[in-house]
Amino acid sequence: MSTVTATPKARPRGERGPLASILLHGALIAATLISLFPVVWLVLTSLKPRDGWLSSELEIFNQPSLDNYVRVLGETEFPTWLLNSVLAAALTTVLGVIVASTTGYAISRFRFPGHRGVMWLLLITQMFPVAILIVPLYNLMAGLGLLNQIPGLVIAYLTVAVPFCAWMMKSYFDTIPREIDQAGMVDGLTPFGTFWRVVLPLARPSLAVTAFYCFMTAWGEVAYATVFMSQEEKRTLGVGLQQFVGQHWSDWGLLTASAVLIAIPAAAVFLFVQRHLVTGLTAGATKS
Amino acid sequence: MAASTGPVTETAGGPDRAAGAGGAPARRGAEPGRIRLAMARHWYAWAMTAPVIVVVGVLVGWPLARGVYLSLTDATEANVGRTIGVNVIPATYQFVGLDNYLSILSSGLFWERLGWTVVWTAVCVGLHYGIGLALAMMLHRKVRGRSVYRVLLILPWAIPGFVSAFIWRYLFNSDFGVINAMLKAAGFGAVGWLDDPFTAKIAVIAVNVWLGVPFMMVALLGGLQSIPAELYEAAEVDGATPWQRFRHITVPGLRSVSSTVVLLGTIWTFNMFPIIYLVTKGGPGNSTEILVTYAFREAFTGVRDYSGSATWGVLILALLVVLAAIYRRALRRQGEVW
Repeated sequence: MSTVTATPKARPRGERGPLASILLHGALIAATLISLFPVVWLVLTSLKPRDGWLSSELEIFNQPSLDNYVRVLGETEFPTWLLNSVLAAALTTVLGVIVASTTGYAISRFRFPGHRGVMWLLLITQMFPVAILIVPLYNLMAGLGLLNQIPGLVIAYLTVAVPFCAWMMKSYFDTIPREIDQAGMVDGLTPFGTFWRVVLPLARPSLAVTAFYCFMTAWGEVAYATVFMSQEEKRTLGVGLQQFVGQHWSDWGLLTASAVLIAIPAAAVFLFVQRHLVTGLTAGATKS
Repeated sequence: MAASTGPVTETAGGPDRAAGAGGAPARRGAEPGRIRLAMARHWYAWAMTAPVIVVVGVLVGWPLARGVYLSLTDATEANVGRTIGVNVIPATYQFVGLDNYLSILSSGLFWERLGWTVVWTAVCVGLHYGIGLALAMMLHRKVRGRSVYRVLLILPWAIPGFVSAFIWRYLFNSDFGVINAMLKAAGFGAVGWLDDPFTAKIAVIAVNVWLGVPFMMVALLGGLQSIPAELYEAAEVDGATPWQRFRHITVPGLRSVSSTVVLLGTIWTFNMFPIIYLVTKGGPGNSTEILVTYAFREAFTGVRDYSGSATWGVLILALLVVLAAIYRRALRRQGEVW
């Protein structure tokens, strides 16, 4: 911030004085620390030796050890839960992206009978509390033989993730000029062909956000999984982890280590899409 | 399908007419082939939306109808029909009309839980929005290291909700939680965060705020970026103060994003299950139990009270629908088409 030649009042537009800069960075750093601290503390705790979690000493790396990780991977059901969660999340993501993008495209581009109905359905479904659906859904799943089945869980997750994602995709498609579709049609592509070859590649930011959202929905869900997956070997991570810190016995060493293992894939997916988050999430919302 | 598409597209006036905006030409008259015509024109739109309609219809529509029905009965785990091995036990629950609603609405418990849920939602959404907007405005400026700040600030969003809930429960732990350790280091006494109704409420709100700010920040940042910079330049040339620029350019420019995210945030927070369920289990007592977690507990602990929890669910849904309707009307009065 060189303001040597000018008096502070005549500072060029859009530049800050040093004080303002310090305040700005100070506020941002404080916010960043708050957002990071729990995660950092989690990682540090997981690296403590077996009973290290029992002390809250503010020391860092006294005797780092991978003891907790070894125990989680070797002595608990964690690998099974992980596999179940990965399967459920992967299926939800793939199906969710396909379904949300086709639906979003249809309601963005075509005016067909039932158009308003679909829009309303998507909006209202987002309001439904888990509590009202869970009992009848449980009975429905039981009737269909889908309890303790990953596909059953995936379908339930899709009802949570798809309405929001389809809405988001619709907003994004709205920002892509229709002339592009029309050009595709003139070149002899079918409506599906236009969608698949022309529009979808342009919607990459929004697709990334949709994938992220679907993945996170499935990866972090607890209520449906708790109720639908009662068998020991069918549990997902969100359900299984509750065992580590139960009413009578808790082992935060196990919990923190598995939490780190769970957060890694989520963070990886996140890093992959974060460039697109801002545009993908709101490009359309600003105009909707 | 493919066979019928050809001639229809011709009557509609060439391929570029079929590119979507349709509408007008279809309304002309009720010729015999009208359904087939509509089918030919719209089948791809219907095909593309069909999966969602079917899945949502079956998995939301049916349970909803069933839930409403259950709420009018006295079904519990003990009297619903079941099949154990080869024995089929018939259902013995009965239709009881509005009894469930009357008993819930006349109990103090409902209003108490509703009061806390409203406080919880209002405080959380207010803080989400306020902090999110402040951070978004800071990140919107030219700041060195902006992309690093952005990634780090969005990080809480990338941590699965249940993991965050567990992390915070550990941080709040009264014996070996780091928050108490810091308080002690600073010379204060330890606080039994999750053991006292009041501090437990503060704790769950803090967790939810930590969790929800990134979404708001990202959405509002996108909104800020869509406001043309020329507006600010023009205002500055005209001598508008920073406050005036905020009040008359930023606020109106963000209105449509804000209205969407505030409504979504309200619905999500109102229904925020995992945080309460995993951080405090609704306790101590049931002091931090919001409507959703209470209904869940009703349905899945002890003798499962299916009708009671369905009634809670219907009430919750009714509240949300009313809320959304009021909100939409308020927006429309401001000339917002949404």
